Amino acid sequence: MLPVFLSSGLFLGWSLGANDASNVFGTAVASRMVKFRTAALVCSLFVIIGAVASGAGASHTLGKLGAVNALAGAFMVALSAALTVYLMTVARYPVSTSQAIVGAIIGWNLFSGSLTDTASLSKIVTTWIACPALSALFAVALYLPIALMIRHLPLHILTLDSMTRWGLLLSGAFGSYSLGANNIANVMGVFVPVAPFHDITLFERFTFSPEQQLFFLGSVAIAVGVFTYSKRVMMTVGSGIVRLTPVAAFVVVTAHSLVLFTFSSQALSNTLHAIGLPRIPLVPVSSSQAIVGAVIGIGLLKGGGGIRWRTLGGIASSWVTTPIFAAVICFVSLFFLQNVFNQKTYRPIEYELTPLAWERIILVPGADTSMHEQLDDIWLERFPNAQTFRQALLDRLPTAASTIPAIMDIAEIDRFRVTEEGIEGIDASYLNEEEMQAVRELAGQVFTHRWRLEEVLAESSAAWRARPDDAVFNAERRRKLKYLVDTLRSPAFQ
Amino acid sequence: MSLGILKKRIGIQKQLDDFLDQVSEASLLFRQGVDMFIGDRTEAFDEKIEQVTAIEHRGDQMRRDIEKQLYIKTLIPESRGDVLQLLERMDTLLDSCKAMLWQFKIEQPDLPEEIHDDLNELASYSVESIEAIVRSARAFFRTSPEFADHIHKVSYWETESDKVSTRMMMAIYRRDDLSLCHKAQLKDFIRRISQIADRAEDVADRLSIYAIKRML
Repeated sequence: MLPVFLSSGLFLGWSLGANDASNVFGTAVASRMVKFRTAALVCSLFVIIGAVASGAGASHTLGKLGAVNALAGAFMVALSAALTVYLMTVARYPVSTSQAIVGAIIGWNLFSGSLTDTASLSKIVTTWIACPALSALFAVALYLPIALMIRHLPLHILTLDSMTRWGLLLSGAFGSYSLGANNIANVMGVFVPVAPFHDITLFERFTFSPEQQLFFLGSVAIAVGVFTYSKRVMMTVGSGIVRLTPVAAFVVVTAHSLVLFTFSSQALSNTLHAIGLPRIPLVPVSSSQAIVGAVIGIGLLKGGGGIRWRTLGGIASSWVTTPIFAAVICFVSLFFLQNVFNQKTYRPIEYELTPLAWERIILVPGADTSMHEQLDDIWLERFPNAQTFRQALLDRLPTAASTIPAIMDIAEIDRFRVTEEGIEGIDASYLNEEEMQAVRELAGQVFTHRWRLEEVLAESSAAWRARPDDAVFNAERRRKLKYLVDTLRSPAFQ
Repeated sequence: MSLGILKKRIGIQKQLDDFLDQVSEASLLFRQGVDMFIGDRTEAFDEKIEQVTAIEHRGDQMRRDIEKQLYIKTLIPESRGDVLQLLERMDTLLDSCKAMLWQFKIEQPDLPEEIHDDLNELASYSVESIEAIVRSARAFFRTSPEFADHIHKVSYWETESDKVSTRMMMAIYRRDDLSLCHKAQLKDFIRRISQIADRAEDVADRLSIYAIKRML
């Protein structure tokens, strides 16, 4: 079933490749500065590298917005986003995959009764607004020195031509890398929590996480989109965006790439944090809007004539309309998928303050024993979804709202039995012997909370214990735990 | 886009420069030729005619070569059309220098003593305008800030040559010792020489527009 469910994500990837490659290489190809074949090859290669190497950052933000927890649900989320993009493109409305997917995830959250993390949502929306503005700023900052250089260095028209060609190719490669890094989350992000993959090691040196494998598949779909359909889009220059000279195109594409890079680079964000500046939110943004922002930046620099303010208005309204449209489509189609086609679009997450959780919640930072009295009446009461449980907590803990997310994590019911078949189903080449031994000892046990399994494993074996100063090991441990729980809990083994 | 293409690009760059050299050389030959015709140095004049014919031939070949290479290698796709038009117009200037000398050779006009100085002056203004347009074209190719300076000089020399030609024609038509037929022949020579400067100015007008188009 997996390929069928992944197909909607791959379709979304294909349409992203067909549309957004023209942002990166459109002017270069349309003006015949770069051959289409060269452009398509460079674009595909760098989209794949960008997606696999640094696609994780933006995908985490989407994951926080809403973790789609059933494959059929992820399928429908991606399909609704793809449909929204398609319909709005047909209606000649400026549309971005990033906005569509966010809307679709919110649609799933509403349908499944999960919570939409408002902090993540506001972070995402702020970034959308910042994206064209920042792009305009970058474009102006690049344009001024380049224009100065061209004016004062007596470059021959042919030398400039050759420099521009190389510039367009390099900025296109950088743009494709950033596009892959930033936008792969739109294509494959929703599948990350549900795809049953585990680490693959090639040549005993390169390890690819499940996320990276998904991103690879998604970026290949993007590459197929680039090769099969983007030429047409590239050649229809002048629809929407102003026709640019090659040098201006270089500036615009570089500014766009810098913006996308900024919003997807973990390293850059860490560096800024290290020198005391605020972290950059890693959010999927719209490549087209970054381009429009850069064009407008140059337009303003030249006195503001010839700027199509309508385009700008269209963009601003799409920040609102696209997500709402996608959310509605997603909600309605999830309803059909669930009730007409009998597919499980989400795994209901129930909450209960079980005795285990009861002891744990007072250990949450900011909590104390008085909490037990306040929550006494909902002890052992089962809540069907996150929204009702959160409301119940809010009513009883009006002064300690900051502890609620942690309490919800602890109270989340994830009940499964560690069966012999489940242990057989684990890929023994992925977990080492010591880790497997610890898992085998759990056979027959039933867990009500996911964190309890992690605790028990860590108590019984050093191999499952977090090491305080080994970030790589800890990250791998988390991925292995996720794989382990996903496998043990899968319906086939229960 | 290997180093080979880079070398070829430098090759075209040199060819462009050489082509402009031919145009400027033809204009210099034209001035010398007029001077020699007036001075009645037939042999030297014939030599100049031969030289200018050879240059015109070479110029044609070079222009075709450059055009072909620009198209085959899809160089400067944005301003290719403009560059090609510029080359063709420059070639027309070169042609008119040659054609003018041939007209002297064919018609052997009888030039009255009084207009010798003016004719020399007129020819030299036309040549100055060609020189200025050649410098403008070089500045255009190199995106040099001196471009505006050179372009401005083209119009200056064109105005000067207009003034001289008007003055000459006025003087000729007010003379009683020349037949109308002779006057008409002289007028034709004067007009065609001053037309060279007019053409140079036309090229300059186009070139200014190309330059604006080339700005970012």
